[in-house]
Amino acid sequence: MDEQRVVQVHLENISKSFVSRKTIFEAVNHVTIDVYKNEFLVLLGPGQCGKTVLLNMVSGLETPTDGKVEFLNSDSTDVGFVFQKTAVFPWKTVMENVELPLELKGVPKEERRKRAQYLIELVGLKGFENALPKQLSGGMKQRVGIARAYCNNPQVLLMDEPFGALDAQTRYQMEEEILRIWEQEKRTVIFVTNNIEEAVYLADRIIVLSKCPATVKEVYDISLPRPRDYVDPEFLRIREAIEANTDLAL
Amino acid sequence: MSNNTTKLPDGVADSIKIEVAARKKESRQLLLISIISVAIFLFLWEFAVRIGWIDSKHLSAPTTIVETFIMKLSDPNPEGGVLGTHIATSLGLVLVGYGAAVVIGVPLGLLMGYYHTFDKLVSPIFEIVRPIPPIAWIPLSIIWLGIGTTAKAFIIFLAAFVPCVINSYTGVKLTPAVYLNVAKTSGASTWEMFWTVSKNYAMPLVFTGVQVALGNAWSTLVAAEMLAAIAGLGYMIQQGRLLARPDIIIVGMLTIGVIGAILTFLLSKLENHIVKWRSRS
Repeated sequence: MDEQRVVQVHLENISKSFVSRKTIFEAVNHVTIDVYKNEFLVLLGPGQCGKTVLLNMVSGLETPTDGKVEFLNSDSTDVGFVFQKTAVFPWKTVMENVELPLELKGVPKEERRKRAQYLIELVGLKGFENALPKQLSGGMKQRVGIARAYCNNPQVLLMDEPFGALDAQTRYQMEEEILRIWEQEKRTVIFVTNNIEEAVYLADRIIVLSKCPATVKEVYDISLPRPRDYVDPEFLRIREAIEANTDLAL
Repeated sequence: MSNNTTKLPDGVADSIKIEVAARKKESRQLLLISIISVAIFLFLWEFAVRIGWIDSKHLSAPTTIVETFIMKLSDPNPEGGVLGTHIATSLGLVLVGYGAAVVIGVPLGLLMGYYHTFDKLVSPIFEIVRPIPPIAWIPLSIIWLGIGTTAKAFIIFLAAFVPCVINSYTGVKLTPAVYLNVAKTSGASTWEMFWTVSKNYAMPLVFTGVQVALGNAWSTLVAAEMLAAIAGLGYMIQQGRLLARPDIIIVGMLTIGVIGAILTFLLSKLENHIVKWRSRS
């Protein structure tokens, strides 16, 4: 872990509730988090707690009912978002999906193709540039999602249970891959999951969230060297310590 | 049975070869049964008319229908136009009415599905007009537009318009939120979200609507051509009735059927080309 931590995103006392006809649903309750530059932060919490809502507020998809999100030490509030389900447009090729953020910015075709080509190769999809999503497996679609999130070069990447829908073997493979990609193209990552093993494997730091409404319960610094081993005694010790302390209902 | 009837790769188990051969044999037999059934039907029909069980003023024999068809390719008698003229007239009419319905209805439905305010603005009127059958518009059309081509195209337009709007609308409404969020976090404006996501997502349903609309348009044709016409397939079968010529009626009916099928086929070719990204599972 870096000695000097620079705060990149600051969540100040965030709350979010949704009002429907008769009920008020509290999703997030007074959450304050500092996210450090280039760290791999994992938000770990049970299903249906306010994790996704929290990410949506960082990305600007939703606004907090109370509190604020600040981007510090950066003039850009651009984020890359890797979504839960395979959110790749089925009518676009791999190339067209990846270059979308730059296309929307009006970047000339040649320039954005160059960037997209680099990212497609980075995520290991070389040769599939012109494939349609229906020709890709679940893991490959998530690779497209990751490349797209990187495309307009955001400082912050948000990942909302990106591997939740994958089978176990693909999932392990993608966890390795996301670390490889992140080592190569360092960004600040906020990764949401309900899987403790995944959290310990990936994270520099784990923030455990409570059941709904989400509050910060526990913070763990994970200083195990990478690549980590799922059956390493130290790995298992940390995993069990977190398990004992949380009620993820898993 | 010989073993070289199939293109199976070498080394396939004998049991599979036998099964494949048996399946082929079965499908040949089924085809034969279908052909025999049609042949018997046509034969009985011909026979019944020839020996006078059925009055030929009511139903013509299949051979007479074939003769009339060949005759109508070049002879404008008795109702005043060769088959080609009727087809061209009807096609022109349908393409104008139907074309306008697609060009106006699809964008309207897409925008109604996407913009809530626009939806609230338009849908009350649309909901009132929607359940009125197109044929019920005929009297008003005559008052407004007379009995010419415009009135007929208008009726066809109405028949095709409703499914174009509804399916486009539904397609946009069904766009998964996660797709819209992808576009939004990629920096899309509201209009860009519509243009890059909802419009494309809706495309398969748009085509369903456009297909239904084509069926509606084509089947409303006969009704529209009941307005004073001098040519057209609907006119042709009307005249067949007045002239007591069932052979002419049936030639007209079969032509309407065949052309309808061809148009549907062409449209589905276009659909497969445009929404080739769709996975059929």
